[in-house]
Amino acid sequence: MEFTITSILNGLSYGLLLFMLSAGLTLIFSMMGVLNFAHASFYMLGAYFGYAISTTIGFWPALIIAPLMVGLIGAGVERYGLRSVHKYGHIPELLFTFGLSYVIVELVQLIWGRAAVPYKIPAELDGPLFTLFTTAFPIYRGFMMLVAMLMLVAIYLVLKHTRIGLVIQASLTHPDTVEALGHNVPRVFMLVFGGGCALAGLAGVIGGNAFVTEPAMAGTVGSIIFVVVVVGGMGSLSGALLASILIGQIQTFAVALDWSLLSFIKLMGSSVAVDAPYYRVLSLTLSEMAPILPYLLLLLVLIFRPKGLLGNREG
Amino acid sequence: MTAYALEIANLRKSFGNSEIIRGINLQVKKGERIAIIGPNGAGKSTLFNLISGRFFPSEGDIFLNGQQIGGLAPYEINRLGLSRSFQITNIFHQLSVFENLRCAVLWSLGYRYSFWHKLSALKDAREQAEKVMEAIGLGWRSQTPAGLLTYAEQRALEIGITIAGGADVILLDEPTAGMSRSESDAAVELISKVTQDKTLLMVEHDMSVVFGLADRIAVVVYGEVLACDTPQAIRQNTKVQEAYLGGHAPVEVQE
Amino acid sequence: MHALRPIQFKPLNLGRWLVWTAFAFMLMAAPKIFSSGSALSILSQMGTVMIFALSYNMLLGQSGMLSFGHAVYSGLGAFFAIHAINYAGNGVLPIPLSLIPLVGGCAGLIFGVLFGYVTTKRSGTTFAMISLGIVELVFACSLMFPGFFGGEGGVAANRVIGKPLFGISYGPQIEVYYLIAFWLFISTIGMFAIAHTPLGRIANAVRDNPERVEFIGYNTRRVRYIMLILSAFFAGISGGLSAINFEIVSAENVSVLRSGGVLLFTFIGGIGFFFGPMLGAIVGLLLTVLLSEFTNAWQLYLGVFFICIVMYAPGGLASLIMMTVRVIAHKKFKRIFPSLLLVSIASLLAFSGAVMLIEMMYHLTLESANGSTTKLMGYVVDTAVATPWIGASLLFLLGLIAVYFARQPFFAVWGDVNAEIEHAMKGAH
Repeated sequence: MEFTITSILNGLSYGLLLFMLSAGLTLIFSMMGVLNFAHASFYMLGAYFGYAISTTIGFWPALIIAPLMVGLIGAGVERYGLRSVHKYGHIPELLFTFGLSYVIVELVQLIWGRAAVPYKIPAELDGPLFTLFTTAFPIYRGFMMLVAMLMLVAIYLVLKHTRIGLVIQASLTHPDTVEALGHNVPRVFMLVFGGGCALAGLAGVIGGNAFVTEPAMAGTVGSIIFVVVVVGGMGSLSGALLASILIGQIQTFAVALDWSLLSFIKLMGSSVAVDAPYYRVLSLTLSEMAPILPYLLLLLVLIFRPKGLLGNREG
Repeated sequence: MTAYALEIANLRKSFGNSEIIRGINLQVKKGERIAIIGPNGAGKSTLFNLISGRFFPSEGDIFLNGQQIGGLAPYEINRLGLSRSFQITNIFHQLSVFENLRCAVLWSLGYRYSFWHKLSALKDAREQAEKVMEAIGLGWRSQTPAGLLTYAEQRALEIGITIAGGADVILLDEPTAGMSRSESDAAVELISKVTQDKTLLMVEHDMSVVFGLADRIAVVVYGEVLACDTPQAIRQNTKVQEAYLGGHAPVEVQE
Repeated sequence: MHALRPIQFKPLNLGRWLVWTAFAFMLMAAPKIFSSGSALSILSQMGTVMIFALSYNMLLGQSGMLSFGHAVYSGLGAFFAIHAINYAGNGVLPIPLSLIPLVGGCAGLIFGVLFGYVTTKRSGTTFAMISLGIVELVFACSLMFPGFFGGEGGVAANRVIGKPLFGISYGPQIEVYYLIAFWLFISTIGMFAIAHTPLGRIANAVRDNPERVEFIGYNTRRVRYIMLILSAFFAGISGGLSAINFEIVSAENVSVLRSGGVLLFTFIGGIGFFFGPMLGAIVGLLLTVLLSEFTNAWQLYLGVFFICIVMYAPGGLASLIMMTVRVIAHKKFKRIFPSLLLVSIASLLAFSGAVMLIEMMYHLTLESANGSTTKLMGYVVDTAVATPWIGASLLFLLGLIAVYFARQPFFAVWGDVNAEIEHAMKGAH
């Protein structure tokens, strides 16, 4: 019982972090048709900037400044890089972001080195929020969830209740028409790209000290957010939310469970010889399989529901 | 033995809550040329998309030479002998004009997915493609990448790709869209030449093209066929005049 | 330099024979020219990567399918091949080493049939994402099944199996090189041939306009599926050769890193020309293997180089070469030469300045434990003082300014010359 609730809460906080990352990716993809391969790298930038600022000024300023910096860099990338590749089509755009992801990782290593940096949770947020039976639920996890939900509400409000949100929504599906109506769509694109990157940067500031801040952090989370976007349905924010939480739960639970087909067989009273050819498959525990579960989910969704859980575009 | 090349019975198509095609009935005899006219939004392109397999019917049947094709994939319908062109030019822009046409003949010549036949050695493919290329008047552009042709040349290539495979039933979607008077006249000549023994359905807005080519005219308004008759009869038809031709018969333009 | 216009390169049939003979000759002569041990191993590696890149371009350049997971087929081919080598060495499987690449090829083919069925259900960006998911899946699996994948250390084998045939035991690197060269030659012929068959041409049509292909009688999905299977076959061959060459296969062979690498190389070389991927494999491998000897920042340079190609020469190095050849063939090279020279010199200045700055920064971050001096192109430089920093920055800034001024005249004359050439070409038809 305790394990279940703790895992649900942990899975929720991890899932919400994934959502913070994939929300920006979904918005950028919806509007510009570009799958931003460098998105996870902006996440990493956010973490490193968060580290740099929190060790000089403080964590709370970092929470605001770091995402802004990342957003500015993102806007600059769109304005001076992506925009000139736009005319070549979608594949070169994707390749541009792909190359960018490489370069950002290298630049980060150039400045901060190859080892992980000691980005710590601020003292006021360190410690248990509440204790569930015997497990303490850290304040910081609660903080992460809070920020993610605030961000979700903010996106919703901006998109649905402001003028710029209306323009963005329209540009999501009909950029040419919106431009014909007199709106500066290229500037909207830059705004959305920068905004999406800023969201990733925010996720980095928050996630970087909860998890490790190192050059490899972009790679570990990078592929998963693409799974989230495809599983949720390319271009659907609510789908991304659903998929993020689903994957968050799956991974959190799986990592802790030692179930395997073999244990199930043993439960039924029979057993399998150690040298049987398929022994390895049977003895695979859920915790060992945890890394591949998101990709298995991707395959299943693509076979049985190609549009994604809540998607309505063919992508 | 069936009399009709193409038969459409009670065809209906809805997108969500809007019904675009509201019960269309049409019989096209072999070798007939039918022009489909009607106001914008009447459902003419949707009708073509339904016949050629781009959309699936919500209700109703479509028969090609007596065979049910409603619900089949576009390539299946094409293999049964129906080919269509597009209103917005849909060519293979990186391939040359010749290659465009050669691609269009490959399936009909039976080469399927072969990766063991040397393309340049396929005489029948080459000759067929060259024949069509000459017929559409693009022989002098044979090596030019299709994306670099002028608009009218691309429209001609579009028609060429459509007829190259030897289909018996040809659907042309606004073949003269965006053309000048002289270009249209040339296109009409081309169409009449290349569709000589074929059954032709054509969506058109240009009345002189319509009255010049068509054996019968089908007037589609709000997803239904208002009338389907000879050009003369359509001209006199009061319902058609009100709905489409503007309330009076078109006056012969003095050139 | 917008490489959007496809370029015709149609040598006569005699020319074609000449090209293939020259290719065979170069393959045979290369190790005589570059005969050192390390050169030989680089040449061998180049051979395998060339096959890999060519197979990848069957998807990207010929069929318009962007895949991030091509290493699955070459990697699984490599694993099956290395196990086959081990079985052959134990006498269980009587296969000569020279046929081991075929084992890899067949493995690639089978997995192409399996995975391709799922991945080709979709196209475009979704297909790219699925391929990424599959390679991550296989990579994660490789750590879960150490019996087959060898765990962290991978699987090793000894390629000297059985009795030497005609004195060839495949122990020495030179013999392995010629084996690779042989398979490279016949694979290239195979892939070139496929590109000129009905399937190959229809795949091109699918690349240009997937929807229209359905209306000329072809099932687009099946075309993609078959091309993927064929491409996976050749990728498997390259994996098998890699297993022979390195005598070890590990999880890295089925990683996103390797998939990304072949994508980079192929694109840098040029996806619009058949020989582009081969050029990309050579240049890419040189940048990766040689450059890493000289600098820690080689990955950064590779990434920036790739981005520059995407932004300024999306047709790749092959397109740059072909455009220059075309200019020379039309006898207009003298007109672009002066401004080309200026732009090149300016770029070189900026580039040198940037390289100096990057190298010094790397030294500061990574090697400061060794003291503050480092060698830059032979000169000893002290990164702790300001002088080299100021000097490098000045060089970089001056170079940037020079490029800014030099590029407009160059683009102008380049544009004029190409417009004239295209006008002449159109008129000739």
